[in-house]
Amino acid sequence: MRWLNTAAAIPRRDPFAFAGLLLYFVFVLIAIFADSLITHDPREILFDANYDLVRNLAPGGDHILGTTFSGRDIYSQLVMGTRGALIVGVTAAVCVVTIGTVLGLISGYFGGLTDTLLMRLADIALGVPFLPFVIVLAAFLNPSQWNVVIGIALLLWPQSARVIRAQVMSLRERAFIEAARVTGAGPWRILFVHIAPNVLSLSFLYASIAVGWAILTEASISFLGFGPSNSVTWGYMLQDAYASQALGRGQYYWFVPPGLCIIAVVVAGFLISRGYEEILFPKLKD
Amino acid sequence: MAYFLRRFAHMLFVLWAVATILFFMFRLMPGTPLAAFIDNTTTAEQQAALIAQFGLDKPLGEQYWLFLTNLMQGDLGQSFFFKKPVVEVVMEVFPNSVILTLASLIIAYAFGIVAGAYLAWRRGSWVEGLGIPLVLTTRAAPEFWLGMVLLAFFSFHLGWFPSGGANSSGSDWSSDWQRVTSLDYLSHLFLPAITLAIYLQGLPLLLMRSNMLNVLQEEFITMARMKGLSTWTIVMRHAARNALLPVATAFALGIGGAVGGNVVVETVFSWPGIGRLLVNAVSASDYPLAQGAFLMITAVLVVMNFIADVTYHLLDPRVRIATR
Repeated sequence: MRWLNTAAAIPRRDPFAFAGLLLYFVFVLIAIFADSLITHDPREILFDANYDLVRNLAPGGDHILGTTFSGRDIYSQLVMGTRGALIVGVTAAVCVVTIGTVLGLISGYFGGLTDTLLMRLADIALGVPFLPFVIVLAAFLNPSQWNVVIGIALLLWPQSARVIRAQVMSLRERAFIEAARVTGAGPWRILFVHIAPNVLSLSFLYASIAVGWAILTEASISFLGFGPSNSVTWGYMLQDAYASQALGRGQYYWFVPPGLCIIAVVVAGFLISRGYEEILFPKLKD
Repeated sequence: MAYFLRRFAHMLFVLWAVATILFFMFRLMPGTPLAAFIDNTTTAEQQAALIAQFGLDKPLGEQYWLFLTNLMQGDLGQSFFFKKPVVEVVMEVFPNSVILTLASLIIAYAFGIVAGAYLAWRRGSWVEGLGIPLVLTTRAAPEFWLGMVLLAFFSFHLGWFPSGGANSSGSDWSSDWQRVTSLDYLSHLFLPAITLAIYLQGLPLLLMRSNMLNVLQEEFITMARMKGLSTWTIVMRHAARNALLPVATAFALGIGGAVGGNVVVETVFSWPGIGRLLVNAVSASDYPLAQGAFLMITAVLVVMNFIADVTYHLLDPRVRIATR
C-alpha cells in the first residue's frame, strides 16, 4: 500500500511531522489507559474526613491539579477528557473525509451533471457559517457530542472533495486507467480499485487537519453550554471553570491545562499535515 | 461584467439555499416552536391565537412562501423573548460585532503582513525556526480559552481592563458615535479584539510569507538586485506590493468568516454582538430571533465571499484575462 510507505517516510524526512505523530501516540495511549491513570472518579463530588466539600483546592497532595468549585478532581477530569476529545475528533475526521473522498471521486470521474450538482452543493455548504450552524443544530437535536460530528460532516466535506476531484480529473486520463477500461472493468471498479488508492494519501492529509478542527469545535460547543451534560470533556471543564468564576479567583491550574491539551492535539495534526504535504507535493517545499 | 452578473446570481442562489434549509430545519424541529411561549397558564384559546398570530396554522408551503416574501422585504418576524421585530433586535447589536471584527482584523493583518514579510526575508534563520511553530500554536489555541486566560490575567489579576460588556453601566451618551469612540468603549473593546487578533494573525502571516517567497524568485526581483538596490528596498517596495493581493482577498473573506466565528469570544467577554445574541436566542428557544441572527451572519459571509472574488478579479489582470 502506497499510503503506508508514505506514513513510514515521515520520521526520516520531517522531524516536525514525527513530533506530531509522537504527540498523537501519547494522547492515544492516555485515552486508552485513562481508567488506570485517574486518581479519582472525575464526576464524583469529593468530601474530606470531616464531611466538608473539598472545593477549590490548590494543586498538590492528593489532588495533582487541585479540585474544582464543586469539589471534583481536576487531573482526573483532564485525563478522561482526552478520551472524549479523541473519540469526537477521530469520528468526525473519518466521517468528513469519507464523504469528501467519495463525493470527490464521483464528481471528478463522472463529470457532467453529477459534477455540477455536487459542486453547487459544495458552494452551499461553504456559504453556511460553521460554528453558528452547529449551535442551531444543537438547539433542536438533543445535546450530544455527535452534533459536532454531524455539523463537521455536513459542512466541511467540500474542502477535501474539491482537491480530490481535481486529482481524479487528471488521473482518469492516465494510461493505466485506459488499460483498466480496455480489460473491461466497470466504472465503479475503476473508481474504487484503480483510482481511489491514488488519492488516499490526500484523504489522510485532510483527516489529520479535521481531527483538530473537530476537537476545537467540540470544545467551543461545550463551552457555550450546548454539549452533553453527562460526559467530561475539555470543553466542559472550561465551561465549568468559566461559569464558577475560576477566572476571578485566578485558578489558572484549573482552566490552563485543558487549553494546553487542545493546543497540543491540534498542533500535532498541523505538524503531520505539513509533513505529508511536503512528501506528497515536494515542489511546495521551496 | 458578465462575470460580475454570474457571480452575483451565484451569491443569491447560495443565500436562497441557506435560507430555505434554515426554514425547514426550524419547522421540522420536534415539538412546537412555541414551547418557550406556552406555560401552564396559557389556555387552549390563547395557544390557538398565538399559533395563528405566528402563522403556524397555515400549510407548510404557504408558510414557506410567506417566509421568503417577508425576507425579501427585510421582515424576519417577531422575537418571542423581546416582543419586538427581529430586525430591530439584530440591528441593535450588529454594529458592535462589526466594530469588534474590523478592529481585530486590522490589528491582525497589520501585524501579519509585516511579520510575514519579515519571516520570508529571514528564511532559514532561527527566527523562522521559532516563528513558524509559534504561529501554528496560536492557530491551534481555542479562541475562547485565549480570551479566558487574557481575561483572568489582565482584567481580574491586574485590573487593567473591564471584565465584560461594551460600556460601563450607568453611562449616558448623546450619540452612538460618541459612545463607540469613548475611552470607556475602547477599553471594553481592547481584550476581545486582541484575543481575536491573536487567533486571526496566523493566516495573513503565513499567506504573506509564502507569497513573498514566490515573488522573491521572480525575474523583476533579480532585476532589482542587479540594479544594486538594498535588500530592504527590494523586500518592501518591490516584493511586498506584489505579494499583498491575495492577502487583501483574505481580508474580505476574513470579515465574513470572523463575524460567525466571533460567537465564542463575544460570549467570553459578554460583548453584546450578534454571535452572543444567537447563543442566547438558541438557549431561550427564541427561534425567530435565532433564525434572524443566523441569516444575518450567513448574509455577511456570503456577501464578503462575493466581494473577495470580484475584487480579486478586478485587481489581478491575469485572472481577469483568463476568465474573459
